[in-house]
Amino acid sequence: MIAAKLGAIFFSMILVNNYVLVKFLGICPFLGVSKQLSSAVGMAVAVTVVMAMATAVTWPLQQLLERFDLVYLQTIAFILVIAVLVQLLELFLKKFIPPLYVALGVYLPLITTNCAVLGVTILNIDEGYSYIESLVCAVGAGIGFLLAMVLFSGVRRRVEDANPPKCMEGLPITLIAAAITALSFTGFGGIVENIFGV
Amino acid sequence: MNQKLSIVWNGILKENPSLRLVLGTCPTLAVTTLAVNGLGMGLAATFVLICSGAAVSALRNVIPSKVRLPAYITIIAAFVTLLMMLVKAYLPALNSALGVYLPLIVVNCIILGRAEMFASKNKVFDSALDGLGMGLGFTLTLVLMGSIREILGSGTFFGLDLHIPMDPMTVFITPPGGFFVFGILMGLAVLLENHTGHRIERRSSCEGCPSAGVCGGEEGQA
Repeated sequence: MIAAKLGAIFFSMILVNNYVLVKFLGICPFLGVSKQLSSAVGMAVAVTVVMAMATAVTWPLQQLLERFDLVYLQTIAFILVIAVLVQLLELFLKKFIPPLYVALGVYLPLITTNCAVLGVTILNIDEGYSYIESLVCAVGAGIGFLLAMVLFSGVRRRVEDANPPKCMEGLPITLIAAAITALSFTGFGGIVENIFGV
Repeated sequence: MNQKLSIVWNGILKENPSLRLVLGTCPTLAVTTLAVNGLGMGLAATFVLICSGAAVSALRNVIPSKVRLPAYITIIAAFVTLLMMLVKAYLPALNSALGVYLPLIVVNCIILGRAEMFASKNKVFDSALDGLGMGLGFTLTLVLMGSIREILGSGTFFGLDLHIPMDPMTVFITPPGGFFVFGILMGLAVLLENHTGHRIERRSSCEGCPSAGVCGGEEGQA
């Protein structure tokens, strides 16, 4: 039962409630860093790691805030925790795992103000998930982000070669391409509920 | 006086945050399924823009430049918290309509961007005016997007039934419809620019992000 519930959360975060294409969180990196597959993957992996870490820290923090009747400080506390966490992760990677720093480090500073990270921590609280569920949800959201980035970087390569009307060149046609990519994800509606019976 | 007016006007048209500077894309796409939600989101962001612009400007000589990003985020988060309390108390319907996007105003890059681009270099009153202009430009775009999506997707306008003699095209109130309408609107904006000869290059994400200078993202892109 628990496994089914966790599975349902995980796969619905990837397919049905995809953060980028359905919930519109993290659109900036989605449009900006998806030009090349390698940078798209790097960014998405960095986001996944930070999302999981941020959730691991903010969930207990929320319990603390509730205990002391400080829930109104949620937004400030969460964003500061995320900012500190990203800085720490960056320093840690730089010092101890340089190859990983080279691969992911450049994306880390951009993640502090990425709404997908703050979004996942707040949504986990709003949904009333337990600690494990929150972590699964965060990792699922990250992998959903990765899937959207990888798929879209493929679409993007075709779009770059296309020859749209002059006024649609660049960002406008990219947005239309994103619309079609998002349309394909609406086909997943209901699929997770049917598989896991939740 | 004219100069003050032009600061406000600048945000509405010349540097329209959504369609020209391409900032704050997430809320632009997410909340505009109804025109009234667009209006609510726009006004909420305007409130935070004016207050945080004034506060950042007032503190611009106190904040050391090395820690200015966290300082700005804290200032903005404080005003967003204030706003959330007000909305929860007086406009509970708007609170549930905007949901998580209300606290996410903290990371809306329009606000951080204007703090870095304008408020950190200008006087308090001018910064507040800049916030007002930017906010109004953002609000207008959101209401426009919301109107188009609501009319086409639900056949209503601000909740009023328009009695359009055809079935509403539901796809416009779904996420793909959001991307589509935003793409078309931006295309129209570019078309207009081509006619008037004020074409600017649009850049998405960090390349064009005004806060790239503070977070070091610029090198990350290259």
